[in-house]
Amino acid sequence: MTTTAAVARRYLLLTLLLGLAGMLAVRVGAVGLTLSDIIAAIRGTADNATHTIVVGLRIPRVVLAALCGAALAVSGATYQALLRNTLAEPYILGVSSGAALGAVAATVFGLDRLSPWIIPAFAFAGALVAIVLVLRVALVAGRVLDRRTLLLAGVVVGAFCNAAVLLFLTFADAESFRSAVFWMMGSLAGATWQHVLLLAVPLAIAGVVLFGLARSLNLLAVGEPTAAALGVPVERVKYLCFALASVLAAAAVAVSGVIGFVGLIIPHAVRLLWGSDYRQLLPSAALLGAIFLVGADAAARTIAAPTELPIGVLTALVGVPVFVALLRRRDD
Amino acid sequence: MTDLAWRAERVTFRHPGATRDALCDVTCDLAGGGVTAILGPNGAGKSTFVRLLIGLAAPTRGIVQFRGRGLTSWPRGAIAREIGFVPQGEESVFPVTVREVVAMGRYPHLGPWRAEAEEDRRIVRHALEDVDALVFADRPFSTLSGGEQQRVRIARALAQHGSAIVLDEPTAGLDVRHEIELFALLRGLAAHGRTVVLVTHNLSLASRLADRTLLFSEGVLVAQGESRSVLTGELLSRVYGWPIDVVQHPGPGAEAGGPLVVPRLTPPTGPGL
Repeated sequence: MTTTAAVARRYLLLTLLLGLAGMLAVRVGAVGLTLSDIIAAIRGTADNATHTIVVGLRIPRVVLAALCGAALAVSGATYQALLRNTLAEPYILGVSSGAALGAVAATVFGLDRLSPWIIPAFAFAGALVAIVLVLRVALVAGRVLDRRTLLLAGVVVGAFCNAAVLLFLTFADAESFRSAVFWMMGSLAGATWQHVLLLAVPLAIAGVVLFGLARSLNLLAVGEPTAAALGVPVERVKYLCFALASVLAAAAVAVSGVIGFVGLIIPHAVRLLWGSDYRQLLPSAALLGAIFLVGADAAARTIAAPTELPIGVLTALVGVPVFVALLRRRDD
Repeated sequence: MTDLAWRAERVTFRHPGATRDALCDVTCDLAGGGVTAILGPNGAGKSTFVRLLIGLAAPTRGIVQFRGRGLTSWPRGAIAREIGFVPQGEESVFPVTVREVVAMGRYPHLGPWRAEAEEDRRIVRHALEDVDALVFADRPFSTLSGGEQQRVRIARALAQHGSAIVLDEPTAGLDVRHEIELFALLRGLAAHGRTVVLVTHNLSLASRLADRTLLFSEGVLVAQGESRSVLTGELLSRVYGWPIDVVQHPGPGAEAGGPLVVPRLTPPTGPGL
């Protein structure tokens, strides 16, 4: 049995790792920086160019990467318990397809030139519309939060949105086409402190509430009759978790595009390493997801510099082999 | 210990949209302590009755009381602190350890922010001891045999720390030895003052180990009382639609329990069957 002290030590270790990864990520990029440059920039004693790079570009980007990783991992873990499906991830119910539809529509119609906030706003709105549609379709099919009905509704709504995205792209000019496709591969370029705030607020709220529901999630994963018999207000918990996980996924996708695999493999990795109790799984997954995405983003910026690799491609290319290695380790 | 546990008064239950009642005008008293078996053919309303007993469903008409209080007016958490439940065929989708499964029984006693205290851990340890599962407490639940898994689920219900425990077909899928061992375990719990109620299809084990029996047929409670008076060949044959004999156990130790319930090999003949 894992003791409280051991769990606290693990959080401390993961937090230190996150700090270390963050520091390295701030240092690397088109302009290499030393630790003293960074400290000077933060204290306001560096030259203007360095200050802009560190405080205006690098740090918000690294912080946004961390928040995205945490949000996607927590969202995925919640969906997995809610749908009682280990293959569930934040985009399984059509959130990413809805967001892509919003973002692509904005790009193709040239609205993105009006303001840098158009794409995130349209993506978030598209994701929310997809979530509402999923609920409506599930309602038509009968029991709203029956997990099989929800999955089916998510697949159907996602397919519809994807078809609409392709339809829009058919009529897009080359430049819009390129930027739309790159958005769908995910990117943290262009991160600002406003982006950070946009994601930090929902993450803080959803994180606290979901942590309070961790025990209920443990029981939901066992089965609804069991959970209900043990006093879990099953329907209320399911609605709340569905709403929070969806908003987390929508907020993450709005500020960073579609970054796959984080929400699927990070909760799995935590389960393989430290077990399935959601009281430790949610915080551990948030920290591990943050570390993973900070690392992935730093790698995306540096591997083929000055060309930036799409981070969604990198998370899959790195995440999948690591995940397979973890699976093998468990079999030994 | 012999106080009244449950009282059902003229209970009728109909599933939403159904055309006939799943339970029809059921009235019974379940005394505290001892083992009560709920019997009946498939679709007789046993599982529905169990759902009413643990407050998971509210009767369409009538009232179900536990310790003198209508269950529909109880908060779910309060019921869970009084009545442990072992459902049929559940399986966690994630790998969990035996101890984690049992600790889930503490859910109704803990708020969202309260960590388990020493008291909770002690109760979990006792529950594991009671079902003789302490030796594999830290193994993954999924690696246990069917009989061991069922014992662990019972330990979880014990960790709920209520005065009663309800089990829905706890011996389904178990071999003979594990089935009898499980019944012995339930008898032991009853001997320590807990009220045990279970649904089962094993008529012989119900006859030999349950103090009292409720016999359901098509939503109607057709008989209730001491097992040996309810379980007669004539009544069982009628309810199950198949000729059934009730005979003495031939082996040593027969006097320790009730008779065997044995279905005939030949199909039913004649009117009324």
